[in-house]
Amino acid sequence: MSQVKLNARNITTDEFFYGHKACGGCGESLALRLALKILGEDAYLSLPAGCMSAVSFIYPNMAFKNNAIITPFAATAAVATGIEAGLRAKYLSGKRDKAPLSVAFAGDGGTADIGIQALSGAIDRGEKFIYICTDNEAYMNTGIQKSGLTPFGAATTTTPSGKVIRGTLTEKKNMFEIVAAHGISYAATASMGYLEDFMNKVQKAKDAPGPAYIHVFAPCPTGWGHESDETIDVAKEVVDTGLWYLAEFENGQFKLNKSFEQFAPITPYLKRQSRFKHLLEEDVAAIEAARDLKWETLRTWK
Amino acid sequence: MSNHQTTFLNGNEAIAYGAKLCRPEVIAAYPITPQTKAVEKLSQFVQDGELDTVYMHVESEHSALSACIGASAVGARTFTATSSQGLLYMLECLPYAAGARLPIVMMNANRAVATPWNIYGDQMDAFYALNSGWIQIFVESGQEALDMVIQSYKIAEDPRVMAPVMLNIDGFVMTHTYESVQLPNQDLVDGFLPSFNPVAHMMQDDQPMSMCISAGNHHNQEFKVRQHLDLEASMAVIESVGQEFADAFGRSYGGVLESYRAEDAEIILITLGSVTGTARCVVDQLRDSGKRVGLVKLRVIRPFPTAQLASAVKGARVVGVFEKDLSFGYEGSLYTNVNSALMQQGVFIKSINFVGGLGGRDVSQADLFEVFEKLENADATLAAGAVHYTQMRCEP
Repeated sequence: MSQVKLNARNITTDEFFYGHKACGGCGESLALRLALKILGEDAYLSLPAGCMSAVSFIYPNMAFKNNAIITPFAATAAVATGIEAGLRAKYLSGKRDKAPLSVAFAGDGGTADIGIQALSGAIDRGEKFIYICTDNEAYMNTGIQKSGLTPFGAATTTTPSGKVIRGTLTEKKNMFEIVAAHGISYAATASMGYLEDFMNKVQKAKDAPGPAYIHVFAPCPTGWGHESDETIDVAKEVVDTGLWYLAEFENGQFKLNKSFEQFAPITPYLKRQSRFKHLLEEDVAAIEAARDLKWETLRTWK
Repeated sequence: MSNHQTTFLNGNEAIAYGAKLCRPEVIAAYPITPQTKAVEKLSQFVQDGELDTVYMHVESEHSALSACIGASAVGARTFTATSSQGLLYMLECLPYAAGARLPIVMMNANRAVATPWNIYGDQMDAFYALNSGWIQIFVESGQEALDMVIQSYKIAEDPRVMAPVMLNIDGFVMTHTYESVQLPNQDLVDGFLPSFNPVAHMMQDDQPMSMCISAGNHHNQEFKVRQHLDLEASMAVIESVGQEFADAFGRSYGGVLESYRAEDAEIILITLGSVTGTARCVVDQLRDSGKRVGLVKLRVIRPFPTAQLASAVKGARVVGVFEKDLSFGYEGSLYTNVNSALMQQGVFIKSINFVGGLGGRDVSQADLFEVFEKLENADATLAAGAVHYTQMRCEP
């Protein structure tokens, strides 16, 4: 177990993910860059179709220093655990002297929609691997379509702000608790607004004895309509408003990492993103009410 | 044979024993009738400590092949098995594995495709995967099934090939039928098939690789054409592995196809899979009555043995193609392949398509006598191009 808390001063200056073609201010690519500084060069990476694979495996320019593979879209967790199984077989037979470290990075659609079956199967099998969901709340690679993790109210290209229906009508699927319900070794939520918290959760996932899952909120300036230098601020604000939360699931227990006496107001958070610009007062009130209901549960977590 | 043990196995068990002898490092499989006995047997080997492998109880066929893709990408020898709906469910992953040049071996218990639902054998499932870049082998007996598992790894892992292999075995007629099978000793198999390690394009510690990459319009076609040419060239490897196997194990199946009493035949039936055994009996009986008939059993249909087939049938007056397969709106897909091969090789003989045995309907000797009779009268009564169906219960 790592005792020293990771921060900007003590993480490695080595880079494992560079030369990719992600947009300026991309929250996902920053999440990968930082996670790999914790995971190191021995991590074998699996990524499905999505922004991160689209910007980093373009022949002949490969952006990962690590071993990495693009998986069939629905199969991120299956390929990642297959890699783990292959490396474990070689470790057990003495062909390889390192224990396997297999890590999957997938977006919100790749996780909560098309990849949820393979993820559930992989966690159920108990194979030790790390799955990091970089959540930017829509299918960004294909052009900002609604996913199961698009929040209520957000406009996407398949849930536009129309004359009758204003954006997305459904709530985010609760992936964190779905994953926890499998009895997973370790699960956590995180946000690119709280980088040290994220990095230390990656370390805990690495140290976990079985499967581990981290759900990290990762803004997308292109899809959300905010300035590219606001990514970190937006990701911090979403936590401070209570619209996202930092929590862990360990030893069968939920734990809230950050709680608030009073939330930051949600209107500035919504107003700075063009995906929410059409919302009426009643929509904002509905978002606030859903948040308050969610926090009734969250406050029961110690 | 002192280096073999005589056993009594069904086709599923023969495949399971064959896979076990190849020492796969990872097995990922999802149960589906009629493949289940194969994965049950493999699981039993693992649970009894007789097979040292990482067995993954995946939640679907899509994940079964995807897990094999991951394991194979780090150089582990992998095995999976499926059938019918399962093959179609994982279909996306087939060209994926082939494009990444991963030497996965998969058993496919040939079974009808829904709807209507049917768990029994025909070969339509395999034909959906014909364009996927997998080597496709069909077998006729439990012994051939076991032997071809061993050969499949040798072929797939050959550096000149690096392609996955689908080993087709007819559902029920073979998977559930017991035969006497010679089980080779482990030492014999180990001598023939050394362990597998990552090759240059795979993920490894000292030289990290990016796999299953994107290649845009500047490079994509070169990848695809190269893959095609290598699959074509695998024909020679398949033949040489067969010869090497014959030398070591004392059993030969005649290469990518087998000619049976076809050398001087004026009528030749082309077959695939278990129906070949029935056809042999019919050919023998017709030969006894003085008819110049023969058969050609296709053992490999990808790569397609174009020159070998043309050479095997070129002296005939007419050929029939019998298949448990139908491409709706056209004809049997094997027939299409055969005709193209004969045409490009300049062998212009009449060919007739017979489709039967769909959904597990039994193909009897009587059916094949009728097929040969029709072929004998082909000029007078049968038009080329029309598909003929055996044992129809109503007018088509």
